[in-house]
Amino acid sequence: MSTTTADHHHGPAKGFSRWLYTTNHKDIGSMYLWFSFAMFLVGGTFALVIRAELFQPGLQIVQPEFFNQMTTMHGLIMVFGAVMPAFVGLANWLIPMMIGAPDMALPRMNNWSFWILPFAFTMMLSTLFMEGGAPNFGWTFYAPLSTTYAPPSVTFFIFAVHIMGASSIMGSINIIATIMNLRAPGMTYMKMPLFVWTWFITAYLLIAVMPVLAGVVTMMLMDIHFGTSFFSAAGGGDPVLFQHVFWFFGHPEVYIMILPAFGIVSAIIPTFSRKRLFGYDSMVYATSSIAFLSFIVWAHHMFTVGMPIAGELFFMYATMLIAVPTGVKVFNWVTTMFRGSLTFETPMLFAIAFVILFTIGGLSGLMLAIAPADFQYHDTYFVVAHFHYVLVPGAIFSIFAAVYYWLPKWCGNMYDETLGKMHFWLSFVGINLTFFPMHWVGLAGMPRRIPDYALQFADFNMVASMGAFLFGASQIFFLFIIVKTIRNGKPATDDVWGDSAEGLEWTIPSPAPYHTFTTPPVVH
Amino acid sequence: MRTSIAKTSLRLLGVSVAMFGFGFALVPLYDVFCEVTGLNGKTSNQAYESVGADVDRSRTIKVQFLTTNNDGMAWQFKPTIRELRVHPGELAETEFFAKNPSASAMVAQAVPSLVPFNAAEFFHKTECFCFTQQTLAGGQEIMMPLRFIVDQDIPKDVHTITLAYTLFDVTSKASPRVAQAN
Amino acid sequence: MFSSALPLRLATNVALLFCALSSRAWAADGERFGTNMTPGVTETSRQIYDLHMLIFWVCVVIGVAVFGVMFYSIVMHRKSRGAKAAQFHESTKLEIAWTLAPFVVLIAMAVPASQTLIQQYDSSEADMDILITGYQWKWKYEYVGEDVSFFSNLSTSRDEINNVEEKGEHYLLEVDKPLVIPTDKKVRFLITANDVIHSWWMPAFAIKQDAIPGFINKAWAKVEEPGIYRGQCTELCGRDHGFMPVVVEAKSPADYDAWLAEQKQEAADLAKLMDQEMTMDQLMKEGKTVYQRSCAACHGMNGEGGVGPAMAGSPVTTGPIEKHTDVLINGVSGTAMQAFGGQLNKLELAAVVTYERNSWGNNMGDKLQAIDVHNQMQGTN
Repeated sequence: MSTTTADHHHGPAKGFSRWLYTTNHKDIGSMYLWFSFAMFLVGGTFALVIRAELFQPGLQIVQPEFFNQMTTMHGLIMVFGAVMPAFVGLANWLIPMMIGAPDMALPRMNNWSFWILPFAFTMMLSTLFMEGGAPNFGWTFYAPLSTTYAPPSVTFFIFAVHIMGASSIMGSINIIATIMNLRAPGMTYMKMPLFVWTWFITAYLLIAVMPVLAGVVTMMLMDIHFGTSFFSAAGGGDPVLFQHVFWFFGHPEVYIMILPAFGIVSAIIPTFSRKRLFGYDSMVYATSSIAFLSFIVWAHHMFTVGMPIAGELFFMYATMLIAVPTGVKVFNWVTTMFRGSLTFETPMLFAIAFVILFTIGGLSGLMLAIAPADFQYHDTYFVVAHFHYVLVPGAIFSIFAAVYYWLPKWCGNMYDETLGKMHFWLSFVGINLTFFPMHWVGLAGMPRRIPDYALQFADFNMVASMGAFLFGASQIFFLFIIVKTIRNGKPATDDVWGDSAEGLEWTIPSPAPYHTFTTPPVVH
Repeated sequence: MRTSIAKTSLRLLGVSVAMFGFGFALVPLYDVFCEVTGLNGKTSNQAYESVGADVDRSRTIKVQFLTTNNDGMAWQFKPTIRELRVHPGELAETEFFAKNPSASAMVAQAVPSLVPFNAAEFFHKTECFCFTQQTLAGGQEIMMPLRFIVDQDIPKDVHTITLAYTLFDVTSKASPRVAQAN
Repeated sequence: MFSSALPLRLATNVALLFCALSSRAWAADGERFGTNMTPGVTETSRQIYDLHMLIFWVCVVIGVAVFGVMFYSIVMHRKSRGAKAAQFHESTKLEIAWTLAPFVVLIAMAVPASQTLIQQYDSSEADMDILITGYQWKWKYEYVGEDVSFFSNLSTSRDEINNVEEKGEHYLLEVDKPLVIPTDKKVRFLITANDVIHSWWMPAFAIKQDAIPGFINKAWAKVEEPGIYRGQCTELCGRDHGFMPVVVEAKSPADYDAWLAEQKQEAADLAKLMDQEMTMDQLMKEGKTVYQRSCAACHGMNGEGGVGPAMAGSPVTTGPIEKHTDVLINGVSGTAMQAFGGQLNKLELAAVVTYERNSWGNNMGDKLQAIDVHNQMQGTN
């Protein structure tokens, strides 16, 4: 591999206009990451309102009406505002550096796809101050609760979803165009780092399903304002149709939030095991199969809706199949660690926790796939525990891992290892205290999305609330660590992690210059 | 390079526009799917053309009638008989009673739903008040007919069919016509 | 129960959690701390419980195996112990093996799962039918063919919810009138909804079925033991989603028959009562009960308003009595005011109208009888 650094180009402009007009993938990547962190704190605050109310039985802090707004906004902000933009930010920073491209393929569109996001989320959050309150029908917004019975702010919610959908689609087109056209000479598809591969597949998923989400909210808009009856039985429509269309989007969406995480972990584990990733090819095939299967399992979210038995059986079998490629991935990671030479820096700790806790979430997912048993699990805290195990120690931990792993490359400074490890352990204890007891209360019969609960659930809810506040506080600590690193961390070396880290990004100086790979490197 | 980027991007844009269309195409696709599989107990909302097949006197099917009023619907709405015993292939008839107790004209739409789901495609309505909206002036009563045939090919394990109607108030959507009726 | 010192409870909880995590004590104590699914009281629910435990242990075995290898590597193959990294990075045989092995496990799980599902779906040959309708935020139970139907509302008081009164044993899981069914009979539930989607969940029967407006769903149970069973609504249905429990009382067939006869007698008595003239005091007393159960959540305990408009001094409650009654019977189209004509009986309607017109400073002095409501509903006055 050869290293090419551009020094004849001008640096960034100064002041706010640098950020407003920038077309530089690194600037845009940073903006995505900071934006998603801000949304993570907002969505987290909503979660803490929920956990505070659930600390004890009875209504103490908020009324049920507002509680429902909090569960809805927490879900929407975390999914569309925190996790997805964070992955797009990582893609912006890393994909050009990993494939030896000077920038993204469509830099101006890149600027647009970021800058419409703050507008979408300002609109979304402003609904909290509107008459009738914010959307209160859950992030899955089932009709007719979200149409006939919705607060007036639903129209703003629909427009916000349209804008963030447009942003995601533009971002995905950009990522695919970059990967297909700007790879350095010699960088064949089967030589691409797995993070690039997983994002390549994720971008296709986004292009396939974000328009369907746009379609479903458009139908809602028409039902609410233009007298159509897509989802109203009275006019020949069907509320169940809403769920089918929503989950046709929603299930691939779940994988959109986890596939890039697979890529990150597949980069970090080999580095700190000092051993090549085991089974690169099968990782690529497994990711593709997961993406394909995600289109034919959507109705497992609807086992209790009243489907013919053939439908139940089909979706049960298809869902169980997902365990196969997911298993392959977990086995590959574990085998990569086996007989390696392991060290446990912060990114590795997060990556190991990812594998363990994501597997726990995956196994509870397997339990949920069993249709007859799902009649007991469905819409209880068992489901809440399941998807938080795959999303928090899954998606969020992988993002933490990625930030610790690549931050020295981005800003040129090394984070403080002791503080990083403290952040890890606080987060690890926090999330397990929060979400593990939820398995138990769920099995014991506590439904999800309720502001108050029966007395037998009191103890575990109290534990979960304490864990949630611990986890929340550790993220303020994370912010402190990042700011400290950027301001006065020790300078990092160019290869940061020694020679065990693979990839073109480690061949350029730290911090990465404003323009990299203006002459493509040659990959052998 | 630039042209290939443009080509990729346009193609992907095309895909996303097509997927937006696909979202809407799911609506009719779903209806076809429901009618074929009896999903949700949806029955056809078209009058059935009787083919005059033989009546299978060896089997008797119990057909139950249920009625529900949707939110805010003040009408009285009841089947005149709770259940009928019919032979497959036989044309059966019953009536439903409806009354608008309010002072002003209202429009209603009855929505049928049937269990078990696997009987839905074998339940043929030759005439049903659910095919159209019903308009009643304030205080008006009506007897509404339902004629149906249970298909001879109905699965052997079906002995009871439950047909439920939910009555929806659609006055606000149909208001121009009510104004006429008033 | 919740007045005990908070710090003490916090400490016990942390201790409890560590006990739960560190030993298998929780399995034995599962009942007390509520850590597992209930086996329930029907054959189906027991099969589902067994299936659940089977998959759970399969998952535990997989987890132990995978994490075992992982922790072995973490302990034995750390650089600080001088471990040197091996060079292997693929093995087609191994990769094919661990792609195929899960299939065997999956098939072993799919077979019993499919059998249970098929049994769950077989609701034919039922002995009786009950139509369940979900309302915002209560359930209506209708005994098909028996002329018995009633609403089942949460009976936990607002004061308990707002932490004014001590919470009772069945806090949030108690209703004014439970669904009563006979044991040892195949009862078929037909489930639908009046407004938005609800979901009727009875863990002890392993029944959870969505209630969807305009559509009908079915489920069935053959309960083996008499008893009172509790569940909740499990589909977000608006403000009081957490406050519409499902309570079923299973009685022996003989007790059930007696209960049903009693219900019919009560309906007959009510019909008789409706012919009687009620005194102002009787109407006010009954009206207050009805108001607190069905109206106070929106209009306030003292008619001061809330989600809905205030009743004290409102143009409706202090206007013409026919208009007031009409609003109550038919609702107000396009608002949250429902049509109570189908939800309250005529006596209750008369009483609550009387109560609203003569409380909280409203002093209309007029009263309404059940027969007046009946006449107004028939449109003959």
